[in-house]
Amino acid sequence: MAPGSAGARTDQTAAITAAVWSALGTVRDPELDRPLTDLGFVASSTVDPGGEAVVELCLPTYFCAPNFAFLMVADSYDAVSAVPGVSRAVVRLKDHFAADVINKGVAARAGFVGSFGEEAADELDGLRADFLRKAVLAGTDRVCRSMVSGGVARERLADLTLADAPPTPDRERLRERRRELGLSGGDADPLVLDPGTGEAVTADELHRHLGLARLTRVSQDANSGVCRGMLRARYPEATDNPDTEETP
Amino acid sequence: MYEKDGEKYFVVDGHTHFWDASPANWVPGQEQYAKGWIECFHAYQSLGPADTHWPIEKFQKYDEETMMYDLFDAGHVDVAIFQPTSLRQWYKEGFNTTEANGALAEKYPGRFIVNTNWDPRDGDPGLKGLEERVQRWGCKGAKLYTAEWHGDSRGWSLRDPEASRYLEKCQELGVKNIHVHKGPTIWPLDKDAFDVRDVDYAATNFPELNFIVEHVGLPRIEDFCFMATQEPNVYAGLSVVIGGLMHARPRFFAKVMGELLFWVGEDKMLFGADYAIWEPKWQVEGFVDWQMPDGEEFSDYQKLTVETKKKILGLNAARLYGLEVPEGLDLKAPETVEAVGVPSP
Repeated sequence: MAPGSAGARTDQTAAITAAVWSALGTVRDPELDRPLTDLGFVASSTVDPGGEAVVELCLPTYFCAPNFAFLMVADSYDAVSAVPGVSRAVVRLKDHFAADVINKGVAARAGFVGSFGEEAADELDGLRADFLRKAVLAGTDRVCRSMVSGGVARERLADLTLADAPPTPDRERLRERRRELGLSGGDADPLVLDPGTGEAVTADELHRHLGLARLTRVSQDANSGVCRGMLRARYPEATDNPDTEETP
Repeated sequence: MYEKDGEKYFVVDGHTHFWDASPANWVPGQEQYAKGWIECFHAYQSLGPADTHWPIEKFQKYDEETMMYDLFDAGHVDVAIFQPTSLRQWYKEGFNTTEANGALAEKYPGRFIVNTNWDPRDGDPGLKGLEERVQRWGCKGAKLYTAEWHGDSRGWSLRDPEASRYLEKCQELGVKNIHVHKGPTIWPLDKDAFDVRDVDYAATNFPELNFIVEHVGLPRIEDFCFMATQEPNVYAGLSVVIGGLMHARPRFFAKVMGELLFWVGEDKMLFGADYAIWEPKWQVEGFVDWQMPDGEEFSDYQKLTVETKKKILGLNAARLYGLEVPEGLDLKAPETVEAVGVPSP
């Protein structure tokens, strides 16, 4: 097939379309800590032969928190814009009370305050960090619980490092979230640390800390369950990926 | 009263509504929000069993006979507590008002407890209105919805100085039970809109009032539980927990119940069906039949006793509201069970 032919363009467009989908897979609901593509929040994603990518996002309710919605639209815009071959990215949130404000604000790169004005006192970095800390706590439960099930004595966890945990996707996810927060994530770093201070959790604090970690994960899982259920009620055709729901 | 396996349960539904969200009640120019609100509620109903789902037209506005049947004939409820929500910016006559609730309560004496609501942004006239409503309807509780729209404002906080004036007034009037909606909200925009810390602040400053956090702070159960361990006057309202999870997500339901029993304790958890989102019948029957599953996944959590279920389904609310429990329906020897609060080794 000659370069520049219609067939080559079609192949190229298909490749860009796939790359856009992968890029959307790196964007997470900050609260649920799952990719938008797993949650079923990407209603459609298309790329035209000129390289213009159009993505539509849908959320579980008309009143989903606008700050989280803004983060997801903005992050999607950034991720899709960075895909090689995308000449222009358009990301639209649909069926949401603040959709117009968010869509226009993200397209104009106006930031959160620039989009919402007086009702927004600040940008969303603090909110994002709060939820990263929750993600670290929930991730700590995932990793530690499976280690304890595997026979590691619970009271020893305060002495272990990330390298001592089995090399699972859960461990890598925990490492990644810690690094996003600016905390240590190397093999030699403590397995259990306080996401607020970045300090290692001591043996004395361990039981309470693991209790909070378990609680945080239960909360995150339950929220995720409610959101998925609501999304299905709203968009029966949504392609949610139930295989990615949390398992014990 | 609900009876199962020889055990009798006094059922207090701590969270019920008599609303009008029909298009005739939508404020011109605000239709999208009025419609969006009720459709959002309707989607929640889908988390219950399929044979309890209603068409949207019925859901927007149901009549008195339907409600009385669903709660008291079919639903096993002995007493139901009305939790009003104004939303007058979207609904002409309000969504679910003290007045509409009160009229129904007067028609069926002994069936309902009429709570009222207030908004600190209403200032002095609002305080006066609160006092009038409390006197008119004999309110012992109030429902607060901090995410209510009010002109350009998108909500308020229990930390606001104006809110303290209203809480003082509640204390003075004997409105002891403050139900705070913590659930889907949209304000403050840049912070976590589900934050429960303002309840912590108010609960510390008003130790004589009881603060019932509705929907247990879902989606912030962890923050709620943590606060509840520190504040003796904070309670868990289970609306949404049973309705939204018991059928749709049984595993997560078990874990959420396990955490609540662990951190908050069975003496501070109150059943609420959240009618008309969910009917009480399947919730009461299902909860009485329910038990913490076996298996390692749930091994941190306690099993429920019949007494635990009796407290949650009605006796705890009866205590907060000073309701007389009919003979034979109270516990034989009431005992207080403290939350453990910290996992055992």
